[in-house]
Amino acid sequence: MSRIATTFAGLRRRGARALIPYFTAGDPSLSATRALVLEAVRRGADVIELGVPFSDPLADGPVIQRASQRALASGVTVARVLELVRGVRGEVPAPIILLTYYNPVHAFGLKAFAHGAVEAGVDGVIVADLPPEEADPLSTQARPAGLDLIHLVAPTSPPDRMRYIARRSCGFIYFVSLTGVTGTRETLAPDLAERLRQLRAVTTKPICVGFGISTPDQVAAVAPYADGVIVGSAIVRLVEAHAGSERLVAEVGGFIAALKAPLRRRP
Amino acid sequence: MKALRKGSPRLPDRTGHFGRFGGRFVPETLMAPLIELEQAYGAARRDPTFRADLKALLADYAGRPTPLSFARRLTERCGGARIYLKREDLCHTGAHKINNVLGQGLLARRMGKRRVIAETGAGQHGVATATAAALLDLECEVYMGSEDVERQSLNAFRMRLLGAKVIPVEAGSRTLKDAINEALRDWVTNVRTTYYLLGSALGPHPYPMMVRDFQCVIGNETKRRLRESVGRLPDYLIACVGGGSNAIGLFHPFIADTEVRIVGVEAAGQGIATGRHGASLSAGTVGVLHGSMSYVLQDDDGQIAAAHSISAGLDYPGVGPEHSYYKEAGRFDYASVTDAEALDAFQALARLEGIMPALESAHAVAYAMRLAPTLSAEQVIVVGLSGRGDKDVQVAAKALQSR
Repeated sequence: MSRIATTFAGLRRRGARALIPYFTAGDPSLSATRALVLEAVRRGADVIELGVPFSDPLADGPVIQRASQRALASGVTVARVLELVRGVRGEVPAPIILLTYYNPVHAFGLKAFAHGAVEAGVDGVIVADLPPEEADPLSTQARPAGLDLIHLVAPTSPPDRMRYIARRSCGFIYFVSLTGVTGTRETLAPDLAERLRQLRAVTTKPICVGFGISTPDQVAAVAPYADGVIVGSAIVRLVEAHAGSERLVAEVGGFIAALKAPLRRRP
Repeated sequence: MKALRKGSPRLPDRTGHFGRFGGRFVPETLMAPLIELEQAYGAARRDPTFRADLKALLADYAGRPTPLSFARRLTERCGGARIYLKREDLCHTGAHKINNVLGQGLLARRMGKRRVIAETGAGQHGVATATAAALLDLECEVYMGSEDVERQSLNAFRMRLLGAKVIPVEAGSRTLKDAINEALRDWVTNVRTTYYLLGSALGPHPYPMMVRDFQCVIGNETKRRLRESVGRLPDYLIACVGGGSNAIGLFHPFIADTEVRIVGVEAAGQGIATGRHGASLSAGTVGVLHGSMSYVLQDDDGQIAAAHSISAGLDYPGVGPEHSYYKEAGRFDYASVTDAEALDAFQALARLEGIMPALESAHAVAYAMRLAPTLSAEQVIVVGLSGRGDKDVQVAAKALQSR
């Protein structure tokens, strides 16, 4: 059983939900990301999502765009992110998944990427601009290597597409909570629970909800319907605010503990 | 080449691919809307009313057909093949862009979308979209890199006069690439109410196909007019390639006519060797940018590189996927022309023919001037003159002054 499957099976047994924090790898530096990952796991993160920066991140709002620019400016590449994972793998029992865009993966080489990622200790990958229709070349490499290729379901995905994506997605299904790019929002989409029920009706795979979720209250509101909650921009914004400060790790750690609290309870 | 003769497979295929190029590399949020757009376009294309409406607008509003002018003095100066100019500069709004926006504008209205968004580089597509939006009573917002807003300030002002909102984009290189990113982000957010009116034959399927189809009027008219006035097919077709919409529109109707040599001209900027250019096909590698697989300018890590060209419309690190396909199939050839050569051609055409070309189109003229002397006087070159140069007067003045 893969590390991702084991993690969700364990959470389900305990009636708990996963907290999945996102960090842009190399923002503000790879050593800072390493410290943030270790702290996140210590404070309750169940899965770690690491962004591999791309110059043209068209699914991302301004916060993650800026983080990607900072990471690229500090020299982050696919190879260096894999090194980072290799370095923390021994200390992190939680699954580590990468979130990126197709072009850096394509340039690295699909086979080299799939094998290199697994060898470094990566458990899964989400490619923001790779719908299942275009995913065969990568999934052909990822599956035998043991790398879960995780697909996204969007608010605009009709029921038949939901079923198709659920069937293709490995590890879990990334449920995009809102119609838009990444970034914090004041409120959650009103039909979120209903759409999650629709997806739940066509799959038994774990469903994790992301995009626009930024506060412990929002996490608590989503928890009853999801197997996991992904928080990205709110964390990256905190990293941005405290970059270079001694308080960085403690501030982010505290926030992660607060996000995890509502997920420890049986909803 | 056999596959390219008449009866060749229709491209793109059902999944939107031109061989290994094209496709739909977009966030899931856009997948269902793109499929809906593909279906709506398919239905419109088969609908005689839609076709008649578009034909009437192209004739009575855009001013089609455009002339095919024999460039007598330019031909004499070059001493060789006869050079003809397909005069898209004489279209309403001053460039070929109007052909596509009228088609897509009608489609947006047919789909019940009241708001259109667009990206623009040189501003020609933005002006055309703002124009169509005014005509068809649509709300219009145009994303434009802030560097382009500066170097094409006249076009930015024209868009505002036409009632559109111009949104300067400060991200990245602040040019066309970043304007497309921002337009796509807007579309991801407002996809239910908004039509993305993409201006070139690039992006995710069905855009490369749809934009090509709307621009094929250029090549079809050229073919018809040549038959009447010259009595045969041309030896060469030449057009500039940024995203590649005017080029594919001129070239596509001649693909099966294998005796016609077809050359796309990219921006060599300050020279290919300097790395400051926009020549994706001549100097790029295969990758994914803005929703399709094609040739792109990128570094070894798959990060998109900044393009450079004196002409904002060619200042783009990618190219439409159909160009990549026909390059690899050996049907189209690609050449490149520097900023300096384009400026020379800009002046030459103005002085010899009384036609001021857009700096984009001046790249095609420059290549024709290089090619013509190597050919005989019986041979015929058709140059796609994609737009007029009024918008470039300031840029040209500045560049010529610093010589």
